[in-house]
Amino acid sequence: MWAIELPPFVPFYIAAVLAYFTHGKLRSAILLATPILGGLHLLMVPEGIYWQTEFMDYNLTPYKVDSLSLIFGYAFHIAAFIAVLYALHVKDTVQQVAGMIYAGSALGAVFAGDLITLFVFWEFLALSSAFLIFARRTTRAYFAGIRYLIFQVTSGVLLMIGLLFHAAETGSIEFSQIGTGSIGGWLIFIAFGIKCAFPFLHTWLTDAYPESTPTGTVFLSAFTTKVAVYALARGYPGTELLVYIGAAMACFPIFFAVIENDLRRVLAYSLINQVGFMVVGVGIGTALSINGAVSHAFNDIIFKGLLFMTMGAVLQMTGRINGSDLGGLYKTMPRTTLFCIVGAASISAFPLFSGFVSKSMVMSAAIEQGYDWVWLMLLFSAAGVFHHAGIKIPYFAFFAHDSGIRVSDPPINMQLAMFVAAVLCVTIGVFPSLLYSLLPYDTGYNPYDATHVLAQTQLLFFSALAFVWLNLRKMYPPELRSTNLDFDWVYRRLFPSFVKGVFDRIAAIGRLNSALADRLVALSPTLAKQFGPDGALSSTHPVGSMVKWVIVLLAAYLILSFI
Amino acid sequence: MIVHLSVLQVIIPLMAAPACLLLRKRELVWAFATLATFVTFAVSVLLLSQVMQSGAISYDMGGWEAPWGIEYRIDMLNAPLLVLISGISAIALLAARTSIENEIPENRHSFFYIAWLLCMAGLLGITATGDAFNVFVFLEISSLATYTLIALGKDRRALWASFQYLVAGTIGATFILIGIGLMYVMTGTLNMADLAQRLPEVENTKTVFTAFAFFIVGVCMKLALFPLHLWLPNAYAFAPSIVTTFLAATATKVAVYVMIRFIFDVFGFEFSFTHFPLQEILMTLGIAGIFVASIVAINQDNLKRMLAYSSVAQIGYLILGISFASQTGIMATLLHMLNHGLMKGALFLAMAAVVYRMGVANLSQMHGIASRMPLTMAAFLIGGLSLIGVPLTVGFVSKWYLVSAALENGWWPVAAAILLGSLLSVIYIWRVIEVAYFKSVSNNTPDVKEAPASILIPMWILVLANLYFGMDTSLTVSVTQMAAADLFGGLL
Repeated sequence: MWAIELPPFVPFYIAAVLAYFTHGKLRSAILLATPILGGLHLLMVPEGIYWQTEFMDYNLTPYKVDSLSLIFGYAFHIAAFIAVLYALHVKDTVQQVAGMIYAGSALGAVFAGDLITLFVFWEFLALSSAFLIFARRTTRAYFAGIRYLIFQVTSGVLLMIGLLFHAAETGSIEFSQIGTGSIGGWLIFIAFGIKCAFPFLHTWLTDAYPESTPTGTVFLSAFTTKVAVYALARGYPGTELLVYIGAAMACFPIFFAVIENDLRRVLAYSLINQVGFMVVGVGIGTALSINGAVSHAFNDIIFKGLLFMTMGAVLQMTGRINGSDLGGLYKTMPRTTLFCIVGAASISAFPLFSGFVSKSMVMSAAIEQGYDWVWLMLLFSAAGVFHHAGIKIPYFAFFAHDSGIRVSDPPINMQLAMFVAAVLCVTIGVFPSLLYSLLPYDTGYNPYDATHVLAQTQLLFFSALAFVWLNLRKMYPPELRSTNLDFDWVYRRLFPSFVKGVFDRIAAIGRLNSALADRLVALSPTLAKQFGPDGALSSTHPVGSMVKWVIVLLAAYLILSFI
Repeated sequence: MIVHLSVLQVIIPLMAAPACLLLRKRELVWAFATLATFVTFAVSVLLLSQVMQSGAISYDMGGWEAPWGIEYRIDMLNAPLLVLISGISAIALLAARTSIENEIPENRHSFFYIAWLLCMAGLLGITATGDAFNVFVFLEISSLATYTLIALGKDRRALWASFQYLVAGTIGATFILIGIGLMYVMTGTLNMADLAQRLPEVENTKTVFTAFAFFIVGVCMKLALFPLHLWLPNAYAFAPSIVTTFLAATATKVAVYVMIRFIFDVFGFEFSFTHFPLQEILMTLGIAGIFVASIVAINQDNLKRMLAYSSVAQIGYLILGISFASQTGIMATLLHMLNHGLMKGALFLAMAAVVYRMGVANLSQMHGIASRMPLTMAAFLIGGLSLIGVPLTVGFVSKWYLVSAALENGWWPVAAAILLGSLLSVIYIWRVIEVAYFKSVSNNTPDVKEAPASILIPMWILVLANLYFGMDTSLTVSVTQMAAADLFGGLL
């Protein structure tokens, strides 16, 4: 057995460096081999702590393996493999290097045994993923990427502050149950929450993911939010607040998803909705619900990846992604259509598809623990998912009115990647025990009993019925080129205009009151000028003003010390 | 030989300077100055290891015993600083020969190296000496040499910046002299250790208060504490780039060291913090400095000036660490002193490379420069990350201890201010990254190539030091921890 101590992120980082210096077939081989070899290596690693080191006054544990981190580790390897395969035709060093660092950082984060290591990978995750967005190389993508980065960095800073508080309070930086019992705990909670796309903190996701490249979004959908789910499952299992946050996350995106036109943005909303299920699972905190959350994360990585891949294929081949511009593609993209339907069936939790075997665990746990209302909300959102992701996506892209676009299926590597994901979706759906054997707890849960299957099938049928009926009566929200306002309106419009208003007001008062004008104008919009290259604070001063300050300071010292 | 190390530390560069005059040929002068500096560096490393093994070293100059003669005293507090000064100087001199080619007329190159050696001798002297008056003497030596070095800048504004610094520096030095004089009047001694023993007897007199006030204000002038920083941005911006590298990484640190030495050792913790409202004043000015200077830095076009303002902000952190008046606080300050030397050294060397190729370091002319000078801008990026305080770099380590010290005191808003300050530095570093990496190259810029190896190698030595000491903290943390414990050992 070689180098069992080798942390899983290392091969990915090495591959990133190699990818930078190689090109063509060699680069493809390196990129493909990394997740395969890394995954096989991880399969042989038993639980334990493999790397400890001293840093400042603390014991770092940069590599620690247990059942919770292992299952995420497997999932990330699979996701990385699929995403790399999907992006194999891309000739863009930035994307391929960033993708490798990004996947590696996600692995580093889930195997981090202490909070400092987690923080390091948290930041790497943020930085490397931003480059996947920038890689679209449009102005829109650039600014979306910057906004994305601001959110991610804020999350990192909060994690850092929380970590400092936590370390000061407990004297330990071990990454285990943290809980919301202290300020540090709360700060870390919010930091995780931003990455996890909690309601009102979610706008970076729906803003930035659809702006990435067709292949970049596949990477993005797999890692960031799942790392956050993992972090919550590690640090905050059984925090009741999470149940309600998760239920809200499962419900609110439905409404946005139904009216959204950009199909990749629809998927971004549905990503939040699926993460909501996982958050509920973590919040309930029983063995069954944690299992549910973890396995749903595992499945979501694959089926959401599959859906993003099919939409990426559509975008790549047609250059369009709005529902209103598409339709009738099934005629010339039959395989992509099929893969999309498999993904749609999985996310909608059809029996025999992967979503079914994990989503039902969370729902069962909710009802077992007496969260009746939450269960109802989850039920509603399960119906909603089917509606917007299960039907809307394939329907508007591949069927609906014929848009007249005739493009073929995408390149073979993209088809292969989708094929692998689709096979996994069906395999896990048919043989759930494969997945269950990897879970942290042994609950003996069986998804295929009569109640579950019947209830879920009924739900799906009625949901489908609603879609058909609404469409026939022309009451279904049509696909329009429109801008739907989400909460980021507050960050991007309301808040800036509020600040500007305040400054304008101050300036107005300043103008009225000439005696105070000088001081207040300094606070008004000219604030920027004061600090600017020509402003008072940065301009070059005559020698006398320096002397003046010396006198002021000396006088201050003397007066303060004599009184 | 070994027993004379303490004095050799200062004497080697001091003697090497006039020797340079005899050599005349500029290549030869450079080689000799660099050699002398490396020997000095070796001496300082030996001194540090000696102090770590067997405690403080006391050396009586010319055999005159301590309170009467001049004492050189090397302990945990100043030994690491000696290493920093001589180390940065050695590394910077490696790059100096190339860097000054385009910035200083050839006939002045020899004078440049002489002034450099004198400046270094002065800085080392201030740090090594155990005598208050000796501090003043070396302060003058280093200051005069610095004025010369700054005035060598090719921009005509360098002359004016140098003059401004001269006035400011002279006022600062005069205040320091007044402070030392008043102390001498009250105690009849100039030896620091002796002063520390005698001052408590007379500490409740107005003369001692005045002495303290003059001394501290004078030092604040030298270390460019906001709002006494006005001389610094122009001096750094218009001095030859390599001079800025050396000064930014060492000069202000030495002033901070003097401040710590006098506050904690000479006057004593008790006097400084209980009889005197030092804590409030330093904290207010420190925080104000962090914010004002960082925001000003955000709006600069000249990157040397931007980094100069960033230095003012970093001095704010150093002063903030002192104002915590705790062992962790002092440790954070000491750590940040060393770390900031490394990061600013790397950043200004990167700017020196840009100036070497482009003539100026204006952001507006640097569109897409990362594609032309990838190694230089990568160094700038890592240095910038270190400045921000990203993990795996030295900046993270010192910010960590600073925030820990703030939380230890229960000063949350201060901890928040430190982190906000870091966010501001994200903005000004990002501005550069955005222009250098994301803007396409404008057509009307002259062809710019990667910097020559003679600048790149020293630059990357410093960058790697930033990373190395960011990951392996055992040396820096243990040294500063011991130094802080020594400072507080006296009063426990």
